[in-house]
Amino acid sequence: METSLVLILILSPFIGFLYNLFAGKKTREASGVIATLAVTVSFVISVYLFQQVYVSKTPIVVHLFDWISLERFTIGLDFLLDQLSLLWLLFVTGIGALIHLYSIGYMHDDEDKDRFFAYLNLFVGFMMMLVMGGNLLVTFIGWEGVGLCSYLLIGFWYKNQDYNDAAKKAFIMNRIGDLGFLIGMFTLAYIFGTLDYAHLKADFSLAPLTSPTVFAGLTLAGVCLFIGATGKSAQLPLYTWLPDAMAGPTPVSALIHAATMVTGGIFLVTRMGFLYNVIPDVQLLIAIVGAATALFAATIGLMQTDIKKVLAYSTVSQLGLMFLALGVGAYSAAVFHVVTHAFFKACLFLGAGSVIHGLGGNQDIRKMGGVKSVMFVTFVTFFIATLAISGIFPFAGFFSKDEILLSTFEHNKLLWAIGSLASIMTAFYMFRALFLTFFGKFRGTEQEKHHMHESPKTMTIPLIVLAILSTLGGLLGIPGYSWISEYLAPVLPGAPAEAHHLGALEYTLMGVALLGAIVGIAIAYFLYISKKNIPSADEEKEGFGKIIYNKFYVDELYNALIVKPVYALSSLFANVFEKVIAYIVDGVGSLTGYISTQARLIQDGSVGTYLVAFVVGLCAILTYLFIL
Amino acid sequence: MAENVLKLIGIDSYIYLTILLFSVGILGVLFRRSMIVLLMSIEIMLNAVNLLLVVFSVYHQDSAGQVFVFFSMAVAAAEVAVGLSILVSIFRNAGSIDFATLRNLKG
Repeated sequence: METSLVLILILSPFIGFLYNLFAGKKTREASGVIATLAVTVSFVISVYLFQQVYVSKTPIVVHLFDWISLERFTIGLDFLLDQLSLLWLLFVTGIGALIHLYSIGYMHDDEDKDRFFAYLNLFVGFMMMLVMGGNLLVTFIGWEGVGLCSYLLIGFWYKNQDYNDAAKKAFIMNRIGDLGFLIGMFTLAYIFGTLDYAHLKADFSLAPLTSPTVFAGLTLAGVCLFIGATGKSAQLPLYTWLPDAMAGPTPVSALIHAATMVTGGIFLVTRMGFLYNVIPDVQLLIAIVGAATALFAATIGLMQTDIKKVLAYSTVSQLGLMFLALGVGAYSAAVFHVVTHAFFKACLFLGAGSVIHGLGGNQDIRKMGGVKSVMFVTFVTFFIATLAISGIFPFAGFFSKDEILLSTFEHNKLLWAIGSLASIMTAFYMFRALFLTFFGKFRGTEQEKHHMHESPKTMTIPLIVLAILSTLGGLLGIPGYSWISEYLAPVLPGAPAEAHHLGALEYTLMGVALLGAIVGIAIAYFLYISKKNIPSADEEKEGFGKIIYNKFYVDELYNALIVKPVYALSSLFANVFEKVIAYIVDGVGSLTGYISTQARLIQDGSVGTYLVAFVVGLCAILTYLFIL
Repeated sequence: MAENVLKLIGIDSYIYLTILLFSVGILGVLFRRSMIVLLMSIEIMLNAVNLLLVVFSVYHQDSAGQVFVFFSMAVAAAEVAVGLSILVSIFRNAGSIDFATLRNLKG
């Protein structure tokens, strides 16, 4: 029963993918509906299984078959549906279904929408595989699969070369991380002889981890898996692909590059939490990388003028906060923020998509303004999501961000300060985007103004649902009684995190966070509503602002440090080594040709000659054998 | 009777004879250009070998060698039939049975 349910759960999106791939062209209008249905089926089953596991508190384990079977080393195609993966499944399929629905409206005029929905379904399937994997290898299949879908969807409008470049960049950056994932996986397989989560976890509680070689191996595995996570979750130094990934259609940015795929790294680190708990040095590294990314990306976000780029940098920054939480061992806080972030960031992206759709493709907030009067639903939902991401009470982001900052404060004051600063910046740049987009006067062309319209129902319904979730999502983890940490306690490492005792310190910290957010908003209000500032054109920027606007020139730096030398190396190989090798190979060929041309003359075609040669040869052989 | 023949003449003389016959065959193959003569020379070589088989059969008092000869004569007859028919078709196509003129194999 459970096995077949799980099979339907995982296969449903894949069937949708196959349908849209092969039959989508014929039933064009239906492709979106079918894709949405496929994901909805998965969502319904996820809800059922979630309820089951929630009641029974025992994970569902499905072993399909032995995949790789060696002596004393077996990898099965296993699915593990415990509290952690079911939580992920719920929001992957739930938000996935909403975004599919939204895409029906958003992609209505696209001629390749069947292909779009096919990829989107494929993505959901692989994402489910990632979170349902019962061992690291199955997770890795999903991991690679979502990377592939990300590539396909970023480059969906493949006629634009920039988009193709962005897709390739995302794929290659992810490959770097994936190499880390692989090495980490190999190391664990070498040490423990298994990749199964359950076995690994059991081995951890049994094995004496004091031996320095084992400890070194674990540290290596931890660091390598974390490198994999930084690739997928766009952390320093591999984050540059995510802002470029905004080249894809906006629903893709919402689903893959904000709500689900980029949380894969957090999922992995949480899953392997029992590993990270024994290597505190690596935990510190994770916390530092997370905090640095949060601050760095928030800084870049301050100056961006493309609405999707603003959201992209805010995603990177929020992911950084989640890693900060993981680094200080607050796994449930990180997961909590993943969930609320999925709600409000998906809502923000879909809202931005709605605006872009209404304005006929314009993404530059300098050319927007005053949109609120026309697109009321979009405005309200976007506003709610912005409040949520800024951490305003009582919206979802307040609770989850607060949980992270609280846990960080207990561990490391400096990291807390960095995280708080990043949060204040977040509030500022999110409201900057909001004010510039929806308030003031419209700054685009007359034609765009005329074209401006509210989006169709298929697009506004997901927005409303997500806005409600962004408002209420905080109830999952109210300070003092955190449902989510209680729910996740069986699968998280170490002692179950105690609910924070609500003392004066905690209330002060909450107050500080809230005050910071309000200050950020106030500055944005002052600059963009009272003073009616508009970000200057690209060429007018100067000083530090220019550096930030150009993203600290990180892309240029990578270009100079890595891309250029690789090109130089490849041109060296192409122009020098390849030529030398080609000459040698060609030389062997022409020498053989020359020799055989000469040797050919012996074959004069006369049978007599052959006979003479034959007899002489035979005589020679006989002489040699019998006489000499 | 058989022993007498060998005693009268001696086995080495037979061996020389077969070597001679065989060499005649080879020379015929090598230096004559007509294909009929070529076939005849091959027959001579074959019969030289047959003779040798018979001689050793008698010498060793073993009749197996003579049985072989019967087989090889039958095969030789078949071979000649095939060879001659090939010859006829070559003559029809090329208008000559001088194999020095058949140089289609030239590389």
